[in-house]
Parts: sequence; structure tokens; C-alpha cells
Amino acid sequence: MMVINMMQKLVMVMVVLLFSQMAQAKLEIEITQGNASALPIAIIPMQWRATGPQPEDGVSEVVSADLYRSGLFAPLQEQDLVDRPVDVESIRFGTWRLLKVDYVVIGSVKDSVSGNGYDITYQLVDVHTQETLLSQITSVGLGDLRFGAHRVADSIYEKLTGVPGAFATRIAYVSATGLGQKQNYELYVADADGFNPQPVVGSPEPLLSPAWSHDGNRLAYVSFEKGNSAIYIQNVATGARELVSSGKGINGAPSFSPDDRFLALTLSRSGNPEIYVKDLSTGQNRQLTDHWAIDTEATWSPDGKTIYFTSDRGGRPQIYSVPAAGGQASRVTRDGDSNARATISPDGKRIAVAQGRGNEYRIAILELETGRARVLTPGVLDESPSFAPNGSMILYATREKTRGVLAAVSADGNVRQRLILAEGDVREPAWSPVIR
Amino acid sequence: MKLTWRLLLAVAFALALSACKTTKPDTDTAATDTTDKTPVVKDATTTPADPNDFTDARNFDNSESLLSKRVVYFDFDKSEIKAEYRPIVAAHATYVSAHNSARVTLEGHTDERGTREYNLGLGERRGNSVSGLLSAAGVMGTQLDVVSYGEERPVCRVSDENCWWQNRRVEIVYTAR
Repeated sequence: MMVINMMQKLVMVMVVLLFSQMAQAKLEIEITQGNASALPIAIIPMQWRATGPQPEDGVSEVVSADLYRSGLFAPLQEQDLVDRPVDVESIRFGTWRLLKVDYVVIGSVKDSVSGNGYDITYQLVDVHTQETLLSQITSVGLGDLRFGAHRVADSIYEKLTGVPGAFATRIAYVSATGLGQKQNYELYVADADGFNPQPVVGSPEPLLSPAWSHDGNRLAYVSFEKGNSAIYIQNVATGARELVSSGKGINGAPSFSPDDRFLALTLSRSGNPEIYVKDLSTGQNRQLTDHWAIDTEATWSPDGKTIYFTSDRGGRPQIYSVPAAGGQASRVTRDGDSNARATISPDGKRIAVAQGRGNEYRIAILELETGRARVLTPGVLDESPSFAPNGSMILYATREKTRGVLAAVSADGNVRQRLILAEGDVREPAWSPVIR
Repeated sequence: MKLTWRLLLAVAFALALSACKTTKPDTDTAATDTTDKTPVVKDATTTPADPNDFTDARNFDNSESLLSKRVVYFDFDKSEIKAEYRPIVAAHATYVSAHNSARVTLEGHTDERGTREYNLGLGERRGNSVSGLLSAAGVMGTQLDVVSYGEERPVCRVSDENCWWQNRRVEIVYTAR
């Protein structure tokens, strides 16, 4: 991961400062129903051979938590790791077979050769065949050890499931504090497991609808700092930002096209909210919908050819699709009283939505080809779903009593967890693309 | 309804309201007053505001006047102005029409149900409803502005109807009187 020097120092300072808050920032995992086919895996604590101080959460803890969170793995608890092999040769396969473990991960962390980071060396071994499935070195800069652990988890996940991992990713979200008195809104970017939140922009006025560019470098968002809604695009690493849409009426719901050349957005300057497509190189807007209803919350299909959006042209909000090049809109959702805020899976085959029934809102997933829909979450005020870049999980916002929190659910609904990220009311999550 | 009929109706309404003055019994000039009997001309600053004079700016702070009421409430997912709020809007229409310098922003809001961006649209629709009623009553478009905050500026934050109805509103905000 490329970061400029000053950012590295800032991250180091933030990591140190947040050390004391790590207990509060801890991920709380709540399983709804066990996945009987979860792969039992033993992740042996990696030997620390580096010169710096060992972090509280080692590489193995982070890898364990990542794999557990996916719902597809059942990592052994640390106390159940009866054996601590240091290399492949010292793995006692009989012991692991008795414990019904299918895979073992061993490794060590050393200073990198350049001296400016760490080398994580690890092996993934199949207990039954005794075959070494992976033998790799992941190198990261100072302060990026957690990121390195996420990349290790991604490799293991991909090797064993065939699907690329999404652990080395980030999430953007808004945290609102002081609501009702002296309120402050802050847009944060944190690791996908909720750790290491970094502020992107803050304001006493509302911030909403963060949307990642597909290169993972920028966030578009809606800010009320000028008194009315306006859209900005900000570079996450440098902080530089550009006002992209302002003026009378709504300027909302930004969404980058897959090639990042265009931005779908909602403008109501014509008299009611419509979807437009803005060419980011020229600034020109092309109107895509033309209906007296509220048309908003546009999102692009991965091939860039279709835009899904929310419209209440049928009475209540539902999801519609329209060709990105222009044309007739057609309705996509049928279940429930309302469906809004579609997020699309990376293979373009499923959408997740905020579905309303009576006063209750839940995240539902819809297979576009078959029309089959399923509710994934218990509600009752769930919204803003965002697909992981590998389509395996959905991040969303929910409420607990008076407080907004984020949660993640596996796409099959088997595993759900709650993330308490920060003080305040947390909302509007957006999952980044994979960070290379 | 044609614009002229609406206008006539609004004017008739305003006239009817202004005709409903309650005359207070004259208890000030009691027989016990034995000093100066020459009539004292009362100037405008000491005359209490007639609550039904919607051109009188003092009524903004007079709880007996409709001008002091500056919030219109709505049903869930709806933007139609209910009958009970029309007199309030009419009162403000009277004021704004009578004062060329007056500028009003209709701030549209929603309760928390539904997604945030959709609610920006719904809040705007509500603001537009009030703005439309004001225009129909003769207020110039240049005096009106609509801003939607969707669900972002709630007055209460409890997830039940006791709170939700309070958030489904348009606030009539004077940026200039």
C-alpha cells in the first residue's frame, strides 16, 4: 500500500493514541446460527522475530477474526491450540486430525530486509493430505502490520474458497455526535474490521452518502456545510477535495461508474429529484430519468451498462433499472412495502436493499435473474447496505435503542456481527474496493 | 381550482379572519380616575397587536396569532397539506404578500424511516407543497426558497410514532421580515 511519509507518521501517532481505545473499538461478534460446514482451522500464534514491540493484536489474532467473521471458517480458540509448531516439519498431523482440524497456519514476523517494515512469512497446510497449500511472504511497511495480516487472511480465504478475500479493505462511515445540542458530523475511513479509524472530513452540518471511487483513492459524499446539500469528491490520502455539484435543490446520492469516468447523482433543479450522469472530465450532466416521482440512490452495474435506482413512481420506493446510456426504466423489486438504496454484488447478479414492511426495515438480497428474494437481517431499522468487494458480506447501518451502529451480515445470512466503531451515532457505511 | 378563485378565497378568508375581532370591555377608564380627563391618543407602539392582523410583525411572537405558528406537520410518506394547517399557511401568505422585503425558506423534514436520500426528496416535496400554497395565495416566487434536510435534523430521536410525527414537518423560516 502506497502512503506518503507524513501519512505514515500520522497513522503511527493515531495507532498509538488509539491503543488505549482499542478495547472500546473491539469488534463484537454475534452469531445468529452456526454454519455447520465452517472449515475448522488452527491458526498458530506467529512467532515474533522483529525488533520492535509486539502489538496487542498479533497477526494470528487478526487473521483468526477475519476468517471467523466471514462465516466460512471455524478457527480454534487460542486455549485449544494444544501444539505450537514453528515450522511445517514439526506439525503433528495426528494431533490435529484428532482435534478434527482441517488446516493449520503457522508463521513468523521479522523485520523486513529494507528495515522499514515487516515480513510476514507463513504456510497454510492441509492436515489430511499434509500438503503445504501456501507458502508466502507478505511484506508491509511500519504501522501496516494489521493490513499485512488482512492480506494473509485474504490469501488463505481465496486458496480455500476460490473466492478472493475482502479483508484488506476499508470502510467509510459517518459518525454524528452531540445530536440535539452542538452536533458534529465526521466522515471516517477505517479498516474493514473497524480498527484504525481516520477522519476524512468534519462539519457541524450533516454529511451523508459516502461513495468510493473504484480505484479506492477517492470518496464522493454529500455535505450540508453550505446550508444546502452539495456533492464533494475528496482524495482520501491527500485530503484534497473538489466541489462537484451545488446549487438550488437537492445535490445527492453520488455513485462512481466502474471506470471512474462518470458520476451518477441526484439533482432536483428541474423541479423534482432525477438521476443524472456527470462526465467527471467535462462536468457536463446528462439527464437519465424524467418522471415527476422521486428518483434517487443510483448505483452502477459492474459492466457499467445499467443503473439501478430508487423511485416512488409506483407509489412507494422500489428499485428500478435503466440503461446507463438512456432509455426506459423497469421495475426490479416486488417484495415488501418498499425497497430502496440498492447495492450490487461484484458479479452483478444480486442486489441488496433496505426493505420496508410496516414500520420495520431489514436488509434483503435479491437474485436479479430469478427474482428470488430473501431477508437477511432481523431489523427493525436496518438501512444503507453495502456489498463487500468479493460479494461475500454486506455492511449496513442499524439502530440499537437510540444509537446508530454498523453491522455486517454474510451474504447467505449465516453470520452477523455488530461493529461498535466510535462514540456517537454511526451511519452510512460504504465498503471500499480491495486495497492493493 | 383556478388561480383567481384561490386568490379570491384566500383574500375572503383573510378578510373574514380580520373581521373576527373580539372587542375588549373598556375597563381602563374606570370611574375612579379623577385626574386629567382629556383623551390620550394612544400611538401604535402601545396598542396591543391584533392577533388576526397577519401583516403585523409583532404577531410573530404573539402566541395568540397564527403568525407565531411556523411548523406544518405531515402524514407518513405524504406531502399533502392537511386542512388543519391551511390557516397557518394562509396567515404567512398574508404577511409575505404585504411585505416586499420578506424572504421565507421552507425547510422540509422527514422522520427516520426510509433511506436518507429518498427522505431528502420527500422533505423537498413537503417544502414544495407549502411553497406552492403560498404562491397560490399570491406570494412571489422570488420571496420563497425550499431546502430539504430529509431526516438529518430531527427534533427528537426516539423510534416511535410519538416522536416520528414531530419530525414529519416543514418549518417556515423567515430569513428577512
